[in-house]
Amino acid sequence: MDLNLDAPHSMGTTIIGVTYNGGVVLGADSRTSTGMYVANRASDKITQLTDNVYVCRSGSAADSQVVSDYVRYFLHQHTIQLGQPATVKVSANLIRMLAYNNKNMLQTGLIVGGWDKYEGGKIYGIPLGGTVVEQPFAIGGSGSSYLYGFFDQAWKENMTKEEAEVSILISMLMP
Amino acid sequence: MSQSSVDVPPKGGFSFDLCKRNDMLTQKGLKAPSFLKTGTTIVGLIFKDGVILGADTRATEGPIVADKNCEKIHYMAPNIYCCGAGTAADTEAVTDMVSSQLRLHRYQTGRDSRVITALTLLKKHLFSYQGHVSAALVLGGVDITGPHLHTIYPHGSTDTLPFATMGSGSLAAMSVFEAKYKEGLTRDEGIKLVAEAICSGIFNDLGSGSNVDICVITKGNKEYLRNYMEPNPRTYVSSKGYSFTKKTEVLLTKITPLSEKVEIVEVAGEAMEE
Repeated sequence: MDLNLDAPHSMGTTIIGVTYNGGVVLGADSRTSTGMYVANRASDKITQLTDNVYVCRSGSAADSQVVSDYVRYFLHQHTIQLGQPATVKVSANLIRMLAYNNKNMLQTGLIVGGWDKYEGGKIYGIPLGGTVVEQPFAIGGSGSSYLYGFFDQAWKENMTKEEAEVSILISMLMP
Repeated sequence: MSQSSVDVPPKGGFSFDLCKRNDMLTQKGLKAPSFLKTGTTIVGLIFKDGVILGADTRATEGPIVADKNCEKIHYMAPNIYCCGAGTAADTEAVTDMVSSQLRLHRYQTGRDSRVITALTLLKKHLFSYQGHVSAALVLGGVDITGPHLHTIYPHGSTDTLPFATMGSGSLAAMSVFEAKYKEGLTRDEGIKLVAEAICSGIFNDLGSGSNVDICVITKGNKEYLRNYMEPNPRTYVSSKGYSFTKKTEVLLTKITPLSEKVEIVEVAGEAMEE
């Protein structure tokens, strides 16, 4: 077991976004690890972009923080210019532009979730290469491998908020 | 190597004059000196009235202790201090640079600096160097929005925490914090806990040692307690001192003062004329 404390901080991570009949529910674990050491056991991987759009971050801590900071800034300007709250689709696309155009240098997978008046609650998954995929539910991070089977069985259309929250809580308990 | 009989002022930029010689020496087996790293245990915690930062004072160069009493708690602003672990030059340079930027920013805005400003400046710089600037920092301070404590990693990621440790001794110090930290500590309890965490790093980590430095920052006030604790004093100091046998004989002693003392008389009121 090599304790390399100079390794870049990666977030280990399980992140989930689920749509339900009134909006979206986002979930994330709170561990940031450097190699085998837990650098932060209380990190906040769900970051706010605007009042109505949040993003779950996974992968390199530095890369995902920088990307979400840039997008928060762009969205702020966009909201002022547009005169109304930004849509989830615009937020997802801004993230995708950064992720795709800098794919050689970034190592971060993100899940954008939010609510706007045009489309309602929406979840967009943006994995490593910079694809953007609109999904009814999305999972990401290294811990998500264990959840493909679970969500295959547990997810159904038009869940209530409680059902969505419970399914996220149960999946966080998996290894 | 280069034949120059006239002293030309350096044009700036890197001088490659010694590269050939260094190359020749490495080929002959000479190992280049390694970077001065600070090994280090640095910690920070938030207590009732503000922030307490702590650090050990050993700087290492590979297996050798290069500085037994260095300062790892750097000044950023009157209300913000930053502990640095990693390559000593990098932590010094980056904290000095951001400290200057903060001062200019203060002049421009007319307000006291905020911790989050220092955080953003540091994280931008470190991210743009993609981890090659090896500076791991614990940034703490009290500004108008309250007390703040952040950790910044060499790749540019940051965390905001109520208590934090960094450096090679971080595991030892974190174990003390995890066991004993609670919210709403008083100043004395906080200082005692920080000192205990640093001592844990000093005694259990080879890269940390010597003394404990502490910095207490509260609203409108800061106390830099340099060498707050010295748990490693030199116990056997020879009272006789050292005496070396005289090798060369002194024939003549002459003292010449370096500069003449001149008196400057100010002539009042005369402006310079074209």
